[in-house]
Amino acid sequence: MSDPILRVSGLRCSIAGQQVVEDVSFEVPPVGITAVLGRNGAGKTSTLRGIMGLSARRGEIVLAGQRIDALPTHRVVQRGVGYVPEDREVFGTLSVAENLALAERQAQPRREFVAELFPDLVKRKDQAAGSLSGGQQQMVSLARALLNDNRILLVDEPTKGLAPQIVDDVADALAEASKTVPVLLVEQNLDVVRRLAAGAVVISSGRVVHTGDAAEILDDEALTQRLLGVHASGEAA
Amino acid sequence: MSAVVLTLITGVGLGALYFLVASGLSLIYGLMHVLNFAHGAFLSLAAFIGWQTAQALGVSSWWALLASIGVGALVGAAFAVFTELVLIRPLYERHIEQVLVTVGLALAAVALFEGIWGSDPLTVAGPPWLKQTTVVLGAHIPNIYWLLILAAALVLGALVLFLKKTRYGMIIRAGVENRAMVTALGIDVRRAFTLVFAIGGAAAGIGGVLAMHYMTFVSAHLGQTLLIFAFIVTVVGGLGSLAGAAIASVLVAVLQQFANFYLGGTGDFIVVIMLAAVLLLRPRGLLGRKA
Amino acid sequence: MTTTTAQPSTRATAQPTARATRFLPAIVGVAFIALVAMLPLLNITVPVILPAPTYMPGSLALISLCMVFAALALSYNMLLGTAGMLSFGHALAFGGGAYLLGVILDRFEVPLVPATLLALVGGLAVALLAGSIANRVGGIPFAMVTLAFAEAGSVLVRRNSGITGGEEGLSLATEQVPDMLVSVANTRNLYWLILAMLVVVYLVALWVDRSRLGHLARAARENDQRVRVLGLHPYTAKLAIFVIASLLAGASGMAYLLLQSGTVPHAVSADLTITVLVMVVLGGVGYRWGAVVGGVVYTLLDQRLTVLAGADAIQGLPAVLRIPLSEPLFLLGTMFVLVVMFLPGGIAGTVDKVWSRRQGRVRKSGGLEALDGLDGPAGPAGPAGPAGPAGPAGPAGPADPADPVEPTDPAGADRGVQT
Repeated sequence: MSDPILRVSGLRCSIAGQQVVEDVSFEVPPVGITAVLGRNGAGKTSTLRGIMGLSARRGEIVLAGQRIDALPTHRVVQRGVGYVPEDREVFGTLSVAENLALAERQAQPRREFVAELFPDLVKRKDQAAGSLSGGQQQMVSLARALLNDNRILLVDEPTKGLAPQIVDDVADALAEASKTVPVLLVEQNLDVVRRLAAGAVVISSGRVVHTGDAAEILDDEALTQRLLGVHASGEAA
Repeated sequence: MSAVVLTLITGVGLGALYFLVASGLSLIYGLMHVLNFAHGAFLSLAAFIGWQTAQALGVSSWWALLASIGVGALVGAAFAVFTELVLIRPLYERHIEQVLVTVGLALAAVALFEGIWGSDPLTVAGPPWLKQTTVVLGAHIPNIYWLLILAAALVLGALVLFLKKTRYGMIIRAGVENRAMVTALGIDVRRAFTLVFAIGGAAAGIGGVLAMHYMTFVSAHLGQTLLIFAFIVTVVGGLGSLAGAAIASVLVAVLQQFANFYLGGTGDFIVVIMLAAVLLLRPRGLLGRKA
Repeated sequence: MTTTTAQPSTRATAQPTARATRFLPAIVGVAFIALVAMLPLLNITVPVILPAPTYMPGSLALISLCMVFAALALSYNMLLGTAGMLSFGHALAFGGGAYLLGVILDRFEVPLVPATLLALVGGLAVALLAGSIANRVGGIPFAMVTLAFAEAGSVLVRRNSGITGGEEGLSLATEQVPDMLVSVANTRNLYWLILAMLVVVYLVALWVDRSRLGHLARAARENDQRVRVLGLHPYTAKLAIFVIASLLAGASGMAYLLLQSGTVPHAVSADLTITVLVMVVLGGVGYRWGAVVGGVVYTLLDQRLTVLAGADAIQGLPAVLRIPLSEPLFLLGTMFVLVVMFLPGGIAGTVDKVWSRRQGRVRKSGGLEALDGLDGPAGPAGPAGPAGPAGPAGPAGPADPADPVEPTDPAGADRGVQT
């Protein structure tokens, strides 16, 4: 395997003084989609937020050979980290076009690429983003990250709360995007993970408990049940 | 009839003054969650420097009035930028402390102004036209109110254009909604912080010079007196909403004037009762977003 | 306080200094109160700080004023330090107490004791009304709303000059007050009365802090939602704290009325609230003794800086220096800003930090740092961690490595129901 694009070692994060990520270390290869798996509250979202500098963090985060763990959020992004947050977080009072314009960081943003990927957004460019459906908002959120030439995308639960048909659309878009940029994907929908992800990192109680090939993890019934609690109702880890 | 017209128009004029103070407060709070107690000090300093400008240029000329308004805006903006960079920024994200330093600054500034310009009010004379009245539907409206309304309308128009049409305006609107996400798009939101302070300071500076003409005097406490009404206006209008601040300014001031005129000078109370009512029925204010 | 009976013997193996340290504050406190109570009988000269020897009425009046503001600061610390409520309307309670008592004495010709009780009932009603509305919002909006209420009170006092004396102020109706509290010669009786009030206020503050109410208010301060989940009502707890703090402030206001032989509109002004806020932050938010020290130090500085401003040494300076130095509020405001920026624990927090370090124990959380994130939607935005402008971050930095935190599941026991 070639050098990782992102290397996280000994990451600890806290929110309001409470430790939510204990000790997370993993590497993201420079191509394809790497999934972050784990139960609700395991610390997946917090790990992503920690990498972004959106919560207090410690540890080493290296992007393409350079440390970014001391940088404030906007500098992390400027180094080439695109972020698609949980719950989309579009600016509801701004129009679609304004949402996209805000995200443009480079002289030649990839507007054609985004327009091709999400033709719906072009039609709705003057509509307030808050009035869009969940799926459309997710498109806006993805488009914001795809407008720039990033080194990596961090995508947090892009299919959460979406109808099955829309989930497929979002997965298609991610698959298309991942041809040009590596993606670190937090995803609860294991079908989507199976379809998209090559590698996977499993987090539990703020620690990495397993790393490996996504398909292998998902095929191992006992492992998924133990680590992800799938099919197991009311069972504790 | 003429009494109603008079009360209404003077109410709108007073509301215009409130808006000049409250617009900056509301933007600053909306973007940064800082309640800026020093806003009144920006206003007072602008008024004092505007007063000195007018003294130097000849008090009764229009040219001196315009110059003093311009100087007031610059002084307000400069003081505000200084405040943001030196006092607010080092306390990034520590909102309670940020409020407290503005409280301390207000305290120190008012005392310093008293030391420099004395504790007695300085009277001001403007162009004679300001002292005259214009008859509208039988009501004699003092001309200062027209100036207040015109200035607030221009400031409101400029702010709306700025917020809608410029990239920084867009950043500010987005930041009011979700500041973390703005930084997550690679934007250094702190520049926008300095900018809203500058804008708010400039609006307060214009308000300061005009408030001086409205009161016909300037004292170190000019700003703090207006500040409390501006706070009420921002809460009633909805913290962070410029449109809310504009509507609430007029609403509060008109109500205040009517109560003062028809209910025996109870305007200030009615305003507080209105505040209580708004909080009971709609705690986020008229146009405020859900917390 | 002589507590010789030992704690349960399981603790007896702990180092012997622990128990001594534990009762040290109480012993020091009682000794200190005794000393202060004896001052009127002693002839001690404290240059610069006191204008005259301690037994003279001038000095006793100054110390009494210090104690009035110490009590007021204690009541404010209950709001800000215990419950995390940033009120800008505390002057309404203080001035309200002073004016209510003054007006009742003046208008209804009731003797002092029943008049005091009536005024307390009136203060209770005002506090309940203002508190029940203001507590509908929290954080910064709460500050604004309390400010507006206080402003209404201030306007009421200034406008109704027939009752309150307007800008001139209201004089104490001395006919209704026992002779032993009236003349300058009797200042020391008043002094003892105010000392007693301060002790009572302190004990109430102590009781609130240690009671279930105090715990609930602190819990609500840190996590409103969690308290709600537990089925408790942060609203009720906050309202109760607000009302108690208001009553204590009212009592301080009444003492102020007696001490100053009257009251002026300044007592209900926003300036007074800001003054008490400065006292509490200067002393150290969250520390009872800090509030007392803050109240005393501020009052002394305020009084003595005014005298200093008139000194020849200052008046001889060039204007650039003379003007700022002859404005006590400029100096106090500047000092306040510096304390907030560079010494967020205030006097008590700083002393406590040094003391704890020497004792090698963990410092209790106090000072302004403890208040961070109080303000409503605390989206953890912006540069966190080492990149953020460091500021005067105290020892409350994130995740002390020596302090292993248990692996917590932040979303609670969210048993893996997954898609």
